[in-house]
Amino acid sequence: MSEQYLTVTALTKYLKRKMELDPHLRNVWLRGEISNFKLHTRGHMYLTIKDDQARMQAVMFAGSNKNLTFMPENGMNVLVRGEVNVFESYGQYQLYIKEMEPDGIGALYLAFEQLKEKLENKGFFDPVHKKPIPPIPKHIGVITSPTGAAVRDILTTITRRFPLADATVLPVLVQGPNAAASITGAIEQANQMDLFDVLIVGRGGGSIEELWSFNEEIVATAIFNSKIPIISAVGHETDTTISDFVADLRAPTPTGAAEMAVPSRLELLDRTSELERRLQRALSGLYSEHEKTLKRLMSSYAFRYPQQLVSQKEQQLDTASERLQRTFDNQLTRLGTNLRQLDLRLMQQHPERQVETASTDVKLLEKNLQRAMGWIVDKEKVDLSTMISKLSLLNPLEIMKRGFSVPYSNDGAIIKSVQQLDKGDQLSIRLADGVANCQVIDTKENRNE
Amino acid sequence: MSEQAELSFEQAMKQLEDIVEKLEAGDVPLEKAIDYYQEGMQLSKLCNDKLVNVQDKMVKIMNEQGTLEPFDVQEEE
Repeated sequence: MSEQYLTVTALTKYLKRKMELDPHLRNVWLRGEISNFKLHTRGHMYLTIKDDQARMQAVMFAGSNKNLTFMPENGMNVLVRGEVNVFESYGQYQLYIKEMEPDGIGALYLAFEQLKEKLENKGFFDPVHKKPIPPIPKHIGVITSPTGAAVRDILTTITRRFPLADATVLPVLVQGPNAAASITGAIEQANQMDLFDVLIVGRGGGSIEELWSFNEEIVATAIFNSKIPIISAVGHETDTTISDFVADLRAPTPTGAAEMAVPSRLELLDRTSELERRLQRALSGLYSEHEKTLKRLMSSYAFRYPQQLVSQKEQQLDTASERLQRTFDNQLTRLGTNLRQLDLRLMQQHPERQVETASTDVKLLEKNLQRAMGWIVDKEKVDLSTMISKLSLLNPLEIMKRGFSVPYSNDGAIIKSVQQLDKGDQLSIRLADGVANCQVIDTKENRNE
Repeated sequence: MSEQAELSFEQAMKQLEDIVEKLEAGDVPLEKAIDYYQEGMQLSKLCNDKLVNVQDKMVKIMNEQGTLEPFDVQEEE
């Protein structure tokens, strides 16, 4: 009985073989709703496919999902194709998805809307990035299929409208899985060549699948990064691709793109003849203006009456020279007068004259001095005799002669008050003709004070 | 004129337009204006000649080596 036991691995392998041998499970077409969607960093997608009653684990490896034109989301209804197999480690059966597309809404339409929104958010459509198309290009690069109506329409239109421009076709695939890379490569190559001043990128009309490469992100990015201005021309007027949004100018058709890329030769001929007319008009305008000026000058007073002009000048000259002479004479007279006056003043200041004056002064001063001296001496004499008689009046001896005497104390001082004297004091009295020595008997003070 | 022969149509056109504008501004001395006029008329003739006596340019195609070779535009039958 014991040999009936199996290992888990053995049973799992058995089940796996069973499943792998069932051709129905090898290729399953399944319709369901996505949930638990998870995009692993390594690129694999893990999700659950479910309906109302059941759910199934599913995985879509990077190798398979790289071709997806849209990004799966939870709640999205999808149609998937894949195989059912066992994931041995978990003992779990799951669906290995090979292909997936949205159910109900077209996969391409969804992808278009998703990429459009993404690029719009990145600013790819912003008018600030639009480069101007050169008005008269020298070399046009045409990136399209070398066969078909589009390339023919573009080239015949260019050569018909403006044969001066060079045109070079950069042949690319415009549909199929390699088209996007082919178009991208051509845009990048054109940018490295330094040959073209404008590029036309496009193709003729077709189904959305046929036009699809112009909705690819790599193509949009190449157009956005192009330094050369790009005119897009994809399909018919009603076909709008991502490339049309990114391009610097969108043409409705390939023929329209060529018309936008080059000016019309006939229009340019009109333009040059118009410029020529303007050139002639400008010059003849300038001529007639100068002619007018010349006529005005010729008819001016100076040209009509040259003699008058000269005689007028002559008269002016005469007046001026007369004035000059007169001024000169006046000046001379004035200077002569000045000179004579100065001479006179100088003569008055002659030193001899000064000496004369001075010696007269000296004599006068001498006389005055002598007279003054005489006055002074006389006056002094009078004063002296007056003084002498005054003095003789004041001489105490003279006074004493009239009966006055002077008392002296023993120490020789003149006694002027009875208060200086006491009873019995010795004193001497000087009289006019001698001295009397005396003694005080009594003193009596006057009371009349 | 030998100098002008080197001019591209676009350059000639641009120069012609500049000259017309300068002349129309009116503040050019007469002698200079005559020079401009003569130059302008030559440029105009050059542009005109280029537009009238144009030979059809050979359209080219780039081959896989990145070199250019003549390309024959097939008319639709």
